[in-house]
Amino acid sequence: MEQNSVHELQDVVIRFSGDSGDGMQLTGTLFSDTSALMGNGISTFPDYPAEIRAPQGTVAGVSGFQVHFGNRRQLNPGDYCDVLVAMNPAALKANRKWLKPGATVILDGDSLTEEHIRKAGFATLDPLAELRLDEYNVVVPDITSMTREALKETGLDNKTVVKCKNMFALGICFWLFDRPEEHALRYLDGKFAKKNPAVAEANKLAIKAGYNYAANTHQFANNYRVAPARLEKGTYRSINGNVATAWGLCAAAEKAGLPLFCGSYPITPATVILEELAKRKDLGVKTVQAEDEIAGICTAIGAAFAGNFAVTTTSGPGLSLKSEALGLAVMTELPLVVVDVQRGGPSTGLPTKTEQSDLQQALYGRNGECPVAVVAASSPSDCFHYAFEAGRIAMEHMTPVVLLTDGFIANGSEPWRIPQMKEYPAICPPIVDQAPEGGFMPYVRNEKLARGWAFPGKTGLEHRVGGLEKDCVKGCISHDPANHQTMVSTRAAKVAKIADYIPEQTVYGDAEGDLLVVGWGGTRGHLQNAVDRMRDEGKRVSLCHFNYINPLPRGVKEIFARFRRIVVCELNEGQFAAYLRQHLQEFRYEQFNKCEGQPFTIVELKQKFESLLQ
Amino acid sequence: MADYKYTPADFKSDQEVRWCPGCGDHAILNAVQRALPEVADRTDTPHNLFTFVSGIGCSSRFIYYMKTFGFHSVHGRANAVATGVKVANPRLNVWVTTGDGDSLAIGGNHFIHAIRRNVDLNVILFNNEIYGLTKGQYSPTSKLGKITKTSPYGTVEKPFNPGELVIGAKGTFFARSIDMEVNLSKECMVAAALHRGMSVVEVLQNCVIFNDKTHAAFAADKATRAERTITLRHGEKMLFGANNEKGLVFENMKLKVVTVGQDGYTLDDVLTHDAHERDTTLHSMLAAMKYPDYPVAVGVIRAVEDDAVYDLAVERQVEEVRATSKIRCVDDLLRSGATWEV
Repeated sequence: MEQNSVHELQDVVIRFSGDSGDGMQLTGTLFSDTSALMGNGISTFPDYPAEIRAPQGTVAGVSGFQVHFGNRRQLNPGDYCDVLVAMNPAALKANRKWLKPGATVILDGDSLTEEHIRKAGFATLDPLAELRLDEYNVVVPDITSMTREALKETGLDNKTVVKCKNMFALGICFWLFDRPEEHALRYLDGKFAKKNPAVAEANKLAIKAGYNYAANTHQFANNYRVAPARLEKGTYRSINGNVATAWGLCAAAEKAGLPLFCGSYPITPATVILEELAKRKDLGVKTVQAEDEIAGICTAIGAAFAGNFAVTTTSGPGLSLKSEALGLAVMTELPLVVVDVQRGGPSTGLPTKTEQSDLQQALYGRNGECPVAVVAASSPSDCFHYAFEAGRIAMEHMTPVVLLTDGFIANGSEPWRIPQMKEYPAICPPIVDQAPEGGFMPYVRNEKLARGWAFPGKTGLEHRVGGLEKDCVKGCISHDPANHQTMVSTRAAKVAKIADYIPEQTVYGDAEGDLLVVGWGGTRGHLQNAVDRMRDEGKRVSLCHFNYINPLPRGVKEIFARFRRIVVCELNEGQFAAYLRQHLQEFRYEQFNKCEGQPFTIVELKQKFESLLQ
Repeated sequence: MADYKYTPADFKSDQEVRWCPGCGDHAILNAVQRALPEVADRTDTPHNLFTFVSGIGCSSRFIYYMKTFGFHSVHGRANAVATGVKVANPRLNVWVTTGDGDSLAIGGNHFIHAIRRNVDLNVILFNNEIYGLTKGQYSPTSKLGKITKTSPYGTVEKPFNPGELVIGAKGTFFARSIDMEVNLSKECMVAAALHRGMSVVEVLQNCVIFNDKTHAAFAADKATRAERTITLRHGEKMLFGANNEKGLVFENMKLKVVTVGQDGYTLDDVLTHDAHERDTTLHSMLAAMKYPDYPVAVGVIRAVEDDAVYDLAVERQVEEVRATSKIRCVDDLLRSGATWEV
């Protein structure tokens, strides 16, 4: 009998795919956490339908979780997969287009029933032939029946037993990529052992059965080893963008010495931030799950007036509802962070899919001349940093800040070298404790043009603010024409002045060249990867990626001027490109845009860049 | 009881009061400024803790005339903003001034949810049954058939009774006063402030320009009010009339107006007001009474102590978790759960 051989690989993409009730998110998470613990670089991306339990067995109901792991830091979850685990014909059909040439496909043979094949919309009863998979390494183990067999002595009912089939598939993948089972077994103990120890045991048995099946049967020609990544020394953890955002907000509150308040309303894909902050009572965080999006931001504004570091979290439709109150925060010049985890729009749009199409809403979506600072995070882990930055800017400059993330980085996760809080600066809001001579004037400003923050409870600082135009010093109502002009100009100047307090814009790659790729926010991983590949081929391509959107950092013009062509890539129809045309009119901008609810692929980016270099 | 020796003048800002001459709001401002020195003493609240929040409308200009911390928010959102203020700092004494448009139309959702949560706010609901600041359109409390600029042929929608709404949402405190009854208003404000949890004081207020005399049928003058309203006080018999000769009895599952000494009714038959009763049935019936079938109930109709006060509960939960948690700072948090060394 032929011996299995072990192959070393640089990086691997696995996509776990099944019905939305098949537990694919858990399967993928356990695989990626295990790989992270082994020291691999990781990037993951869940791709699931908006329905909690979409029609079973249909292509619409397919839920996927992609893990990209390797011996380097992984910047994105990968376009195409090396291994597809498909729990039914629908999952196979939905993901056929994401297979790399020669990829391995593991399909549950028990799912190849006429019913499942018909539900998946195949024309014939031979899905493998229909999808023309003969160039691929297709393995069709009977996962469901083997799981049933392995668990027959547990005494559990058939439904519970069949639910463990995802763990059998996980066991196969553990063997295939030489991963230890311990982490997953420990996790299952933690998750089920108290409530239902029998279910924990069953899941653990299924993992072992899958592993042994793969090791014993030689169905797979090889197994593979992926060496640990050479990462910077330190303590690491795996983190997703939403949790990182929540923690960054906690960090900003701690560095300002103020309690954190979050007024919010559940909305996909932002809800996890509220959920995480609700857990953080240990850090003194107060959360109000409000009656609607408007109350979410309004309770936050009230809390900001009362002296908390206040935030509200939402997605695009929620930001629409918060517009009027955001204007109130601009008018009253209170610190406030609004997190918008962008999803496909307009209206309800694509709740579980990613897009960058709220940029102009964040910049302009309010009545009146109503500037706010806009900051965007660009990877799951740097959500921590930019949430902190949003908090710093809001509190030190007394302004609302919109922090844009997106469904892709919010749900995606990656290993993160844990920072120490002493590496972060103190945040010093202009808090007023004592009335100056002549009384407290709410709209007297400091060198940042920020007004003083005097909360209720501070003796002698009683004052009134609100949404009506304010006298530029006293803060009482003023309808004076010249005063209004002064206030409109001052509010704009205050936000523009933030540029003096943020890092200068940088360029990745050479400082000059033939093509400058410009992006912002959550597309960084894909853009950098595509630029790297172009540079490996000797092309003079660099990346200028933005995290600070309004105001733009200093130094942008100097960067742009040193490239022959500029292409602005974004997951919308050109919102940042339009913004750049408004602010830096002297340059010509090419565009690459996509609105499919999916991240860019490296392949399509490279094609675009190559065409621009011709 | 504290003794701050505040006077109404300590709560008057330097801003010129700009309501129309004859507007009922002047009397409400007067009542509040007279109530606060007593509230300060009885709740041991120093001046710097008083905070007023409002929405939009004539009633919402109120905060500019108070020499306290004040926040004039946007239309309908006063109760949401005030919830944030109070949760952020439960030691503040937070008041909301709002109107029938502000809290019952555009802000209806925030109003009922603040009541449901029992946030410790003191809400003064100015009810003039009209939109005043936008110059005379019907409101959610305008009487059916009311002719206004937006209902030139009369409204075809039924009004809310704010008391029924508050009590229906399981509000723990509801009182009603009439703008001209400054002493009664002051009494209701003080009771509202002493109540732990959300207090709503509805003040039947006259809009002299756009809805003059809307409450006049029962509130026009002292003599009318004696006959056509009933002032409820906890523990006292439900009596009214110029000589307290009329009373309310409960008969056939309904309230009924009787004259004591007539038709066999004695003083013993007359109901005694129990504002502390948890059951909402009778309070709701009292709040719903409409002239001419009944006298209009004023005074504290419902004041039920409930331990579940939202802002305090939020704070308590934070303290409980903090007492036992191993995570004390962000550094602890970042290192909690699964980590590994490279």
